[in-house]
Amino acid sequence: MREGPSSFNRLAQPIKTLAQRFAYLGLVVTAVGLMILGKVDQLLIDGFRANVTDAVAPILDAVSRPVESVSRAVDHVREIGRLQAENAQLRDNEARLLQWQAAARKLEAENKMLRDLLNFVPGREPSFITARVIADTGGAFAHSLILNAGARDGVTRGEAAVTGDGLVGRVDSVGAHSARIILITDLNSRIPVLVGPNRTRAIVAGNNSDQPRLIHLPPGESVAPGDRVVTSGHGGVFPAGLPIGQVATVNDNGISVQPLVDRSRLEYLRVLDYGLGGIVRVPESDRAHLDDRKAGIGKGARPRTP
Amino acid sequence: MTSGLWHRMDLAARQLTPSLLTLALVILNAVPLHVPGLSRIAPLLPLMAIYHWAIFRPRLLPAWVVFLVGLLQDVLGGTPVGVNALVFLAVYGAVLSQKRFFMGKSFAILWLGFALIAAGAMAISWAAVSLLSVGLVEPRTVVFQYLLTLGLFPAVAWLFMHWQRAFLRQV
Repeated sequence: MREGPSSFNRLAQPIKTLAQRFAYLGLVVTAVGLMILGKVDQLLIDGFRANVTDAVAPILDAVSRPVESVSRAVDHVREIGRLQAENAQLRDNEARLLQWQAAARKLEAENKMLRDLLNFVPGREPSFITARVIADTGGAFAHSLILNAGARDGVTRGEAAVTGDGLVGRVDSVGAHSARIILITDLNSRIPVLVGPNRTRAIVAGNNSDQPRLIHLPPGESVAPGDRVVTSGHGGVFPAGLPIGQVATVNDNGISVQPLVDRSRLEYLRVLDYGLGGIVRVPESDRAHLDDRKAGIGKGARPRTP
Repeated sequence: MTSGLWHRMDLAARQLTPSLLTLALVILNAVPLHVPGLSRIAPLLPLMAIYHWAIFRPRLLPAWVVFLVGLLQDVLGGTPVGVNALVFLAVYGAVLSQKRFFMGKSFAILWLGFALIAAGAMAISWAAVSLLSVGLVEPRTVVFQYLLTLGLFPAVAWLFMHWQRAFLRQV
């Protein structure tokens, strides 16, 4: 900045400082306003989020590729060192898994026979989209990922994102060619599940730590460490039976669940489409109805359109 | 005349670097690093950048850029939109109001200052996110993230110091 004559400067400086201070305050107020707006009109903010993510996605895509290559190379070197031990372990595993395979084959045949016997109507086979993780936005305050596939590739809100290990999270907002996944460990994640051999109903609730909590168990029911946790399909968001994890600890502080999916290893995810009209999904045509809802028509009680 | 134009363009490009570096750190923060356990306590890199430039070159990192950086952090990080915008602005404002204190102090003092200001920033984020999502964010992970951010500060500050000496000596 070139300085003007000093007499002008003496007058201009306080005005400038004042203007700057007002601008600063204005920005602070805008930030707070945005937070409140996010609570009031989530769709608007989600749209904004999706558009910005879309714009940044190519950069993230480009930057994440070399990082992935390096991490893969490091893994490769590490694996060479462990080759022998791993081989022995794999041989052990193979023997064990062959037994399981035999058991599974027997059960499969039995299952098929019983289904035929009962005229069972099987659930729809899911179609899926595989997408690359281009951002793992870390931090203690939100657990989410960004994928490089979006509405153009057929990803829609509310779908389940899985790996071969199990459930990763759900699609939260979708841009044209990017989508955000809310992980099961995120503070805003609530998933109805079935626990253990008794198929106890509960909810897996994220709390931004690496082990989500198990809450809302029916009174009198108990679970034990090691119990498997799978989605129950209640609420119509997720299909039933997707593995989530197992119960890690049970104590006075609550029950924690160890997810099956290792977040640091996520490179590709599958987004499953079961054709479920989940309750978290708000189609474009429903934007108009939203005003009705705000006007006091039962929240969340909207009938699902087939 | 052309040399004057070149000089001006060169100067403008240099003056843009603090803002661009800060933005780059937001992007870098979002890239999956595939380090076990890191992603949930990833250090808040942009916070360091804002602290540093607010002390040394506040004119090159105006408040509206800080606001936009915060918004981008919110959008990419998945935090409620506005939280980091507010937190970064608060850090920026806090540093500017104490600018005289920071000027010409040793690095240890700068680090201590960062420790205090980052603690405040984490506290605001924690309160805001907990309030907005109506549920408590696990405080332990916040503390870990804070410690990691604190531990990484000298490296980032060193980088910025050298950048400043190399490219921003006269601006």
